[in-house]
Amino acid sequence: MAALEEEFTLSTVPLGAGPNGLLGVEQSDKTDQFLVTHGGRTVILYKVSDQKPLGSWSVKQGQIITCPAVCNFQTGEFIVVHDNKVLRIWNTEDVNLDKVFKATLSAEIYRIHSIQGTEPLVLFKEGAVRGLEALLAEPQQKIETVLSDDEVIKWTKVFMVFRHPVLIFITEKHGNHFAYIQTFSSRTLSKYTLFHGQEEKSVIQNFTASVDRKFISLMSLSSDGCVYETSIPIHPRDPDENQRVVRSLLLKTVVAGNARSGVALTVLDQDHVAVLGPPLPASKECLSIWNTKFQTLQTSRELPQGTSGQLWYFGENLFMLHGKFLTVIPYKCEVSSLAGALGKLKHSQDPGTHTVPHFVNWETSRGYGFGSQNSEQSKRILRRRKIEVNVPPPAFEQLLSTIKNDSEKDIEVELCKFLAVKRTPDFHTIVGDIVLELLGRHTTEPSFYPRNSLMQLIQTHVLSYSLCPGLMEAALEKTDVQMLQLCLQQFPDIPESITCACLKLFLSISDDSLQETEINMESVSDCSDPVQEKMDEQTEILQNGFNADEQNCDSCDRKLNQKPQDAAEETTSCPVVPKRAALLNAILHSAYSEMFLLPHLKDIPAQHVTLFLQYLYFLYLKCSENATMTLPGLHPPTLNQIMDWICLLLDANFTVVVMIPEAKRLLLSLYKFVKSQICICSELNKIEVSFRELQKLNQEKNNRELYSIEVLELF
Amino acid sequence: MDAFGGPIWSMAVSPCGSQLLVGCEDGSVKLFQITPDKIQFERNFDRQKSRILSLSWHPSGTHIAAGSIDYISVFDVKSGSAVHKMLVDRQYMGVSKRKCIIWGVAFLSDGTVISVDSAGKVQFWDSATGTLVKNHLIANADVQSIAVSDQEDSFVVGTAEGTVFHFQLVSVTSNSSEKQWVRTKPFQHHTHDVRAVAHSPTALISGGTDTHLVIRPLMEKVEVKNYDAALRKITFPHRRLISCSKKRHLLLFQFAHHLELWRLGSTVATGKNGDTLPLSKDADHLLHLKTKGPENIICSCISPCGSWIAYSTTSRFFLYRLNYEHDNISLQRVSKMPAFLRSALQILFSEDSTKLFVASNQGSLHIIRLLEGSFKHLHTLQPQSVESMCLLAVSPDGNWLAASGTSAGVHVYNIKHLKLHCTVPAYNFPVTALAIAPNTNNLVIAHSDQQVFEYSIPDKQYTEWSRTIQKQGFHYLWLQRDTPITHISFHPKRPMHILLHDAYMFCIIDKSLPLPNDKTLLYNPLPPTNESDVIRRRTAHAFKISKIYKPLLFMDLLDERTLVAVERPLDDIIAQLPPPIKKKKFGT
Repeated sequence: MAALEEEFTLSTVPLGAGPNGLLGVEQSDKTDQFLVTHGGRTVILYKVSDQKPLGSWSVKQGQIITCPAVCNFQTGEFIVVHDNKVLRIWNTEDVNLDKVFKATLSAEIYRIHSIQGTEPLVLFKEGAVRGLEALLAEPQQKIETVLSDDEVIKWTKVFMVFRHPVLIFITEKHGNHFAYIQTFSSRTLSKYTLFHGQEEKSVIQNFTASVDRKFISLMSLSSDGCVYETSIPIHPRDPDENQRVVRSLLLKTVVAGNARSGVALTVLDQDHVAVLGPPLPASKECLSIWNTKFQTLQTSRELPQGTSGQLWYFGENLFMLHGKFLTVIPYKCEVSSLAGALGKLKHSQDPGTHTVPHFVNWETSRGYGFGSQNSEQSKRILRRRKIEVNVPPPAFEQLLSTIKNDSEKDIEVELCKFLAVKRTPDFHTIVGDIVLELLGRHTTEPSFYPRNSLMQLIQTHVLSYSLCPGLMEAALEKTDVQMLQLCLQQFPDIPESITCACLKLFLSISDDSLQETEINMESVSDCSDPVQEKMDEQTEILQNGFNADEQNCDSCDRKLNQKPQDAAEETTSCPVVPKRAALLNAILHSAYSEMFLLPHLKDIPAQHVTLFLQYLYFLYLKCSENATMTLPGLHPPTLNQIMDWICLLLDANFTVVVMIPEAKRLLLSLYKFVKSQICICSELNKIEVSFRELQKLNQEKNNRELYSIEVLELF
Repeated sequence: MDAFGGPIWSMAVSPCGSQLLVGCEDGSVKLFQITPDKIQFERNFDRQKSRILSLSWHPSGTHIAAGSIDYISVFDVKSGSAVHKMLVDRQYMGVSKRKCIIWGVAFLSDGTVISVDSAGKVQFWDSATGTLVKNHLIANADVQSIAVSDQEDSFVVGTAEGTVFHFQLVSVTSNSSEKQWVRTKPFQHHTHDVRAVAHSPTALISGGTDTHLVIRPLMEKVEVKNYDAALRKITFPHRRLISCSKKRHLLLFQFAHHLELWRLGSTVATGKNGDTLPLSKDADHLLHLKTKGPENIICSCISPCGSWIAYSTTSRFFLYRLNYEHDNISLQRVSKMPAFLRSALQILFSEDSTKLFVASNQGSLHIIRLLEGSFKHLHTLQPQSVESMCLLAVSPDGNWLAASGTSAGVHVYNIKHLKLHCTVPAYNFPVTALAIAPNTNNLVIAHSDQQVFEYSIPDKQYTEWSRTIQKQGFHYLWLQRDTPITHISFHPKRPMHILLHDAYMFCIIDKSLPLPNDKTLLYNPLPPTNESDVIRRRTAHAFKISKIYKPLLFMDLLDERTLVAVERPLDDIIAQLPPPIKKKKFGT
């Protein structure tokens, strides 16, 4: 859990507030020692734990320091720039800055960056970057201009990535922001346009960035008080092209929207950012630590005397100006955990420790709700993912905005465009997100039902039920049997309750409405084949040598025999229309677990159960027609599927079915079939035994005695 | 030498190899010093109250763990006193068994002692505190053996149910340094007790009562999925258990505690290929010779003339004279065996049955002249190396004797001059069969990696054919056979033929035919006779393999037209085994 410790002031001398107050705080090569550059003329080396200065250096009257002093970690020397172009390099023994090494450069310097593991890097105001050694070897070398006119650097930072420095700087031109990534391993400079998204009106006030292996995560604090995140690839695919990156909302309203100044942001670690600024329009300025993963406020500290909007973070110390004094707040952070995040949330809601009024509840924003509050959230996830996988953002962005506002036709067009693009590894999640987006709009405006787009998305073969929960529910609601059939065929993970709901719908939907729909009929073969006569004969033959009349339940047989015509009729023609049969076949093909399916099957009305049973029985008869026990057609239900479903239906509804008069005949014929099956099995067993005997006889023939003499021809 | 502690139940050599521990029936653990020339008693450890069934050294050699009945003791080697006594729970699934026997212990370098016991438990103990750390109940029956890998990151245990379990030290979570032992893989390749397990760097090896030796490569250690990664199951011992008297058509079968002598039957009928001929005379069981005492028979041999039988147990050597009078045979033991003939690893008679060659377990070779009813010690060939000879071959003309140990090459002695003639250079893999061809005196050597060499004894060099086949290489299928060649013989009239066999095939190598390359069919069945001669010749190659008889225990040429083959059906072996532990299957 993040915690701010007791603060202390570093400088005893009050500093002038404003831009001249404090230029910067930088690490020195010794731990616990920091270089503080005061606006104007002074550089002071502080030992933070002792809260005392170790040395102080000033430039001459009339000169002005323009860039914070840094320490060259490779040599231990300090470097400062005054009057934009003059470099001074000294070490702790030097007293007077006028007497130390001086180098005058040909261009104006914006910043000197120095981090462990590499030489200091000099960033010029025109956007060029040089290593310090190269510069000192030839100070008057020509520095090229990288930036265009009116483009000014707003912020910069350097990272070590795989032991090579990577420098990022943000420029602004006419209100547009650009990010430049300078890598030194490949010496490439890539430019990105920071795309503001929908928050066009807001002005970016502060930046911070962190780096992982492949991306620089650039966070920006906007004037609307929200923190946005932009992922910029370190190694671009095409460095010469001007690429656009989209920023996404990371934290909502961490500072008051109207805060003019004193707003700053810095990344503390992977999950935490420190934000400086007033949390409410009226309140005092405040330092707050936010967890970006859980979007919770970790801790905050009020700064009643105001601050300058500058915040530095080194080691375990946060540096900021409080009033007129440089203040250090040590900061500790343990690994953030779910329990920790929740615990803090609970605490802060406690009225006693109430400091910040606004919280983002990560629980609700995590879910798949489609409320207005959360749609933004899910979109944020989408955008982040988008950038990570390097799909050209405009197409996707455009698709999303189209989904939000435009008509179904437009969406279809956009979707076609989108699907034409090459698939990325997480294509399935993107498709899932699109479906969710479509469904989200469907829930908000029920008239919107983009059937064609959804069908198109399902047919990408990448969706599953869990990727787009709600799709089948929506289809059920709309009685869109075609879509349901498609889903049943495509999704591997449909819950049994949904399967059963589909079954109910398929059984109950009227033939007329079925007539209008287009249904994939490939699983249904021609059902109107009159086969009964052959059928009967066959069963007789199958009961080879077995007198059925003697052993069968007489009454049922008699009953069956009484109405041979009816029975024939019943089995000759398919009890359902072909379209319904196709739908039911989709059900038969779907995966299920008996345990979970049985309770739902009990809910099906009795006449539907009978109908389904009749259909299954019909399929069974069709199956038994040929020797391979298969149905004709492209993807027919297998015999096992049919048998399993018959058993399941009877298991679930036996008491009901037994009571229904119209099901009686069906049950009797099923019973008869089971009986005949048992007979066949027993006959087969008999045959098997005789065959085994034959085999044994055959083996005995081949079997050698304990001792035998054989003739063997050897080659 | 006697340890004076009753039967020895366990033994363990110290990590440096200079000390030997034995665990005895009377509960004593005795430490012996191993010197190059002898083993010397050093001292007793604290006496325990019951037999010591298992022993394990700590890799540093400072402590040992000893598994007894119901408890494990940890000894300090320096002082010889028991540091800890760790009591093992007798309870088994709530039922108190009478005894809990610690079948195996393993001492890891971090001080963990792993024990396996008769209650089906694998237990981890902390030897520093003497406390139980972890308990795995893995079987309903005894866990009988344990072997730890050299890296101590995995071990293997074998159970009486025939199951082998693999345990591995794995991280609790990814990228955490905390590790724990997890039972990872069960293997069920045995039907009976797994009495011994071994852990090689890349494979688990288990052997048990069901006579199988199973080598299970660890797939995670295998880089390429080739034949080396396949499971191997080896059933038969890699040595000859049957000897044959060609003259009298007798077969001598060696069992653990007895010998059986059979006379082969005969027929007068003739037939074509594949026919089984009616017997005019059935095979006779002539003799059933039981050993005295509990010792197993190590080796046995019948002379080619059929009038001598010699066999050896671990401590005694027996020689018998057989007399044949019509259908009756009489057996006469040759008494007063010399003291040096105490035990033999291999016995061989010369072709004319006048000489007996005995490879003693001390490494020397004794040559004994056999006379009618008596014998005379001719000479003892002193060992060329420390290892003892376990394979012998004598040339039919009686001039040469070839002897091979496990690794140090084949020595060829001139029997006439009773001296070493030459040594065939050592090869990386042990010799599995040796034979000297008649007339040419070419020594044919088969190695366990399925290489076959032919070495000319008179020329003291490999023959041209051997060089050719080494240059070209054997067929890959030949090299991939599982079982080694256990016997080589020759046809007296066909000098180009070598007959050899392993457990699953016999092969006649015809040196006059071209060698097969990897593209040709190795197992080339007899081509139909109606094929033209051209095709027969084109498809023919030197290796003529027949798999008619398997599992093949022995095959030899009796005369020019008769082969004798002995099959040992696995079903018969299994039928004679004690019943395996009954397991409930499918509610039966």
